[in-house]
Amino acid sequence: MSVLEVKGIKKSFGKTEVLKGLDFSLNKGEVLSIIGSSGSGKTTLLRCLNFLEFADSGTISVNGKQIFDASSVKKLSDSEIRENRLHFGLVFQSFNLFPQYNVLKNITLAPTLLKRGTPEEIEAKANALIERVGLTDKKDSYPCQLSGGQQQRVAIARALALEPDILCFDEPTSALDPELTGEVLRVIRDLKSGDSTMIVVTHEMEFARSVSDKVIFMADGVIEEYGSPEEVFLSPKSAKTRSFLNKDIETNGN
Amino acid sequence: MMSFQQVTLSLAAGFLENCRLFLETLLFSIPLGLIISFGSMSKFKPLSLLIKIFVWCIRGTPLMLQLFVVFYVPGLVFSVPMRNRMMAALIAFVINYACYFSEIFRGGIESTPKGQYEAGQVLGLTKTQIFFKIILLQVIKRIVAPMSNEIITLVKDTSLARVIAVGEILLAAERFAGKGIIWPLFYTGAYFLIFCGVLTLLFGYIEKKLSYFKA
Repeated sequence: MSVLEVKGIKKSFGKTEVLKGLDFSLNKGEVLSIIGSSGSGKTTLLRCLNFLEFADSGTISVNGKQIFDASSVKKLSDSEIRENRLHFGLVFQSFNLFPQYNVLKNITLAPTLLKRGTPEEIEAKANALIERVGLTDKKDSYPCQLSGGQQQRVAIARALALEPDILCFDEPTSALDPELTGEVLRVIRDLKSGDSTMIVVTHEMEFARSVSDKVIFMADGVIEEYGSPEEVFLSPKSAKTRSFLNKDIETNGN
Repeated sequence: MMSFQQVTLSLAAGFLENCRLFLETLLFSIPLGLIISFGSMSKFKPLSLLIKIFVWCIRGTPLMLQLFVVFYVPGLVFSVPMRNRMMAALIAFVINYACYFSEIFRGGIESTPKGQYEAGQVLGLTKTQIFFKIILLQVIKRIVAPMSNEIITLVKDTSLARVIAVGEILLAAERFAGKGIIWPLFYTGAYFLIFCGVLTLLFGYIEKKLSYFKA
């Protein structure tokens, strides 16, 4: 059964229609990469899944249960929205760590406020996550003392601490220096082997090709191409996909 | 001839009034300023417009004029004269400073990156939790410098209460001047200098305490 079922998602900002009706589904443990040029609606899609924006029409179901229906969104209370939101985790392009808290507290803050266990349990789990992203020696450091790559790894651990069904990444390496992207991509790759279900919006084509089970190529607010990485990267059906991938080869040489 | 000690004590009694006005103004104007800042950021346009006009009026007119208004208008217009001069001064100061503080708070809150709110939201936190656990300390750090400026100005502004005859330090010094002794008037400066010196040290300490993170 699919973990995530998205049907007919549309979103406009003013008169600009950013998402023009998207349908896709995702099975447990799968990694979905979303590629496409800037302005194609990739980030807006992730923001709709995390309820940072509300889609104008369409439905979202997680584990067979419908958690969002645009036609009845007004009836949802704040606490229901918060509840539904927790099916998803989101890792931001700009990390958005809380600057006044050290690494450990960044990770334990939400589980503590949401009463997800005793303080000891929460801390033990946070320490395990810190180890998983390879930052044990940095757990008392503050975000301003960390490199971008380290901050993003903390952000991933922070999102994982709430055990979301689906973890979303919004261009997780776009704000990083090239030599730091590797460490973040390694962590995401490692999560895949740990059976996490993930949606990754990325410009790293090589990464998308090697780590994904499914790839969506978005253009102008629609899913232009949807399939396995082989299908999308090696034999794209759409002319737009081909032209996008060719441009990427020209600029990045892969 | 007045002795130095007598003058010192007499001025100190006056300065105690300044201190009282200072502390009570802070006590009430900071919470009120926070409420006003929320009002001016309200999505309900009529409210934010009303608040903005109010802040404009208060910041756009002299504090001395506001002191006169609070002290005289109740008696002149509503025939209920303001008997307590200190109370009148306090009301004028609280309203005036709350408006200045509200603009500092608004700047501090609005300059917090949107990503901080969104990070809290996707972690399932409530608006209240996001404000108190994530945003507030970052705002405090950003507003320490402008607040210390405003608060130091407040120390000296308290002497304006003299215009409605609150028995503060300058009024006390003027009594001596009336008797032909002029030096106590200049001596009052020492009280303000020492008080502001202590505040400067205090704000420096707070700034240092919050320097462990960048916001």
